Amino acid sequence: MSTQSPGATCRLVRVAETERPGVTVFHGARPLPALAGDTLLTALLCNGVALRRSEFDEGLRAGFCNMGACQDCWVTLEDGSRIRACTTEVQDGMRIRALDGP
Amino acid sequence: MSERAPAVLIVGAGPAGTRAAETLVAHGVRPVVVDEGLRSGGQIYRQPPEGFSRPASALYGFEARKAEAVHAALAAVRESIDYRPGTLVWNVEGGVAQTLGPEGVGRIAFDSLILATGAMDRVIPFPGWTLPGAFTMGGAQVALKAQGCAIGEPVVFMGTGPLLYLVAYQYAHAGARVAAILDTSSAADALPVLPGLLWGGRTFAKGLWYMTWPRTAGIPVRRGIVPVAAEGEGALEAVRYRDRRGREHRVACTGLGIGYGVKSEVQLAELAGCEMAFDPLAQQWLPEADGDGRARDGAVYLAGDGAGVAGADAAELRGRLAALAWLADHGIAVDRGERARLRAKLRRIMRFRDALERALPVPFHLARALPDETVICRCEVITAGEIRQGRALDPAELNRAKAYTRVGMGRCQGRVCGPAAAQILADARGCDVAEVGRLRGQAPVKPLGIRAGALAAVEDNSRAASI
Ligand SMILES: Cc1cc2nc3c(=O)[nH]c(=O)nc-3n(C[C@H](O)[C@H](O)[C@H](O)COP(=O)(O)OP(=O)(O)OC[C@H]3O[C@@H](n4cnc5c(N)ncnc54)[C@H](O)[C@@H]3O)c2cc1C
Ligand code: FES
Repeated sequence: MSTQSPGATCRLVRVAETERPGVTVFHGARPLPALAGDTLLTALLCNGVALRRSEFDEGLRAGFCNMGACQDCWVTLEDGSRIRACTTEVQDGMRIRALDGP
Repeated sequence: MSERAPAVLIVGAGPAGTRAAETLVAHGVRPVVVDEGLRSGGQIYRQPPEGFSRPASALYGFEARKAEAVHAALAAVRESIDYRPGTLVWNVEGGVAQTLGPEGVGRIAFDSLILATGAMDRVIPFPGWTLPGAFTMGGAQVALKAQGCAIGEPVVFMGTGPLLYLVAYQYAHAGARVAAILDTSSAADALPVLPGLLWGGRTFAKGLWYMTWPRTAGIPVRRGIVPVAAEGEGALEAVRYRDRRGREHRVACTGLGIGYGVKSEVQLAELAGCEMAFDPLAQQWLPEADGDGRARDGAVYLAGDGAGVAGADAAELRGRLAALAWLADHGIAVDRGERARLRAKLRRIMRFRDALERALPVPFHLARALPDETVICRCEVITAGEIRQGRALDPAELNRAKAYTRVGMGRCQGRVCGPAAAQILADARGCDVAEVGRLRGQAPVKPLGIRAGALAAVEDNSRAASI
């Protein structure tokens, strides 16, 4: 199962602050371009990648409150630790598991 | 983490926490200031990460000067306080705050607590609201303010409250495409409370400006609407709503900001032993405090939107007043004239806030009318129908319904679904919302990521929820 949307993709659209240095994060094996200072939520959603699959239905999830309150945006890093994507700033080379949920 | 018990612990470095800290420092007290955020400023004056370049005028608009003043106030006392950014307080109990910060879990002992924990968006679910692309209004604002991003292209904003028009304006101003502003309140709601609104003075004038501005920019504003559904295959593609006459419309969008005002973050206040009382206007249980923010004599003080929503200007005043109350209660001389002035200013704002809440009323009835299959709890996908079954419970109280349906048991602790769940349960039972009680705050107030360092200590605490 992939966290890439089957139909429409959810995308954040950059409208400002695009002059920052570029970094790369990996979603599974796939390198995604991001900018220093992005949160993980921003980095993934700017690339049209949803964050996770709900454990309780088939829905994809892509965060909701963007401020650490709703807990909708947990992603699993390659080392198995889970972090909140909306409050974690990306680091160059960060690796996120592409599969999530059961 | 800490060796010696510091006297005062302030939780929150938004406008309220910042002014509280500044006031204490001015009287020779050195508080510990903890904030989950990496940078001070709280929600309204949130600061972008390092390396962002937009000036304050672009980020905060009319409020740029206030934002800069609040940031400067914290910077000025930085060396005179024990400031711990990036640190969550996840429990308070018996004079100790349990924290999770850059160095893992820790404990901070305190004699007094000033809680300035702020607010989050109030949400009323509707069919399709869990689709990727739907965000809270505040979330949409954070994307823009702190990340330079729009939540979609184009974006629809739906709900009510001052943020509806403000965020739409900020988006359009930043060059994002806003397809529509859908407001559940109507102009008629404002008429009876017009005298109260005039107490707002400049704030009211700005509000009116934000509300009329979209028309001149050609952005459709629809008032008195009823949300029908968000729809899309895998992600958001459109929003459907009914207009005042009951006709249905569909607006294509890939981003949707939803919000019905904001609600107080009260979990820590509850854990700290504050009495909770039902506020009929906000339809929320709020910690009780006197006009200066004294909640439990000498021990717990409340400031800012965490103690009932009154906005950023009030938050600054309430931060100062709470600190002055603490000082006075601990035998430190304070300027009485200053306190009287702050209280008078606050009273004026409160009159305006009260009128504003009535002018842009929260349509709680929409939650009551949701179809059975609508997802209410997005954490665990619990529907309105499942919550309605809770009416057979005796007593039909929210914590019983929680045990029974798991609503409010998910990772967010009912922060998102709680208000709607209470409305639905009360409606199914035919009783007042106050009668179904509230979801009690529990530690940890937010899930602790299971990171190596945190793990051992978390296991120690049997009540720590796993994520
Ligand atoms: C997303 C969002 C956007 C908003 N935007 C606007 C706006 O543009 N204009 C406007 O007038 N109002 C806005 N508001 C309303 C806002 O609540 C107030 O204007 C103002 O920010 C209140 O100030 P405060 O100091 O009471 O709380 P806040 O500014 O919310 O500050 C509270 C602080 O406490 C911290 N905190 C909370 N709980 C914990 C914990 N357990 N451990 C550690 N730290 C904690 C938070 O990280 C936060 O920094 C917004 C609210 C939200 C939720
Ligand atoms: S999006 Fe709500 S906690 Fe991250």
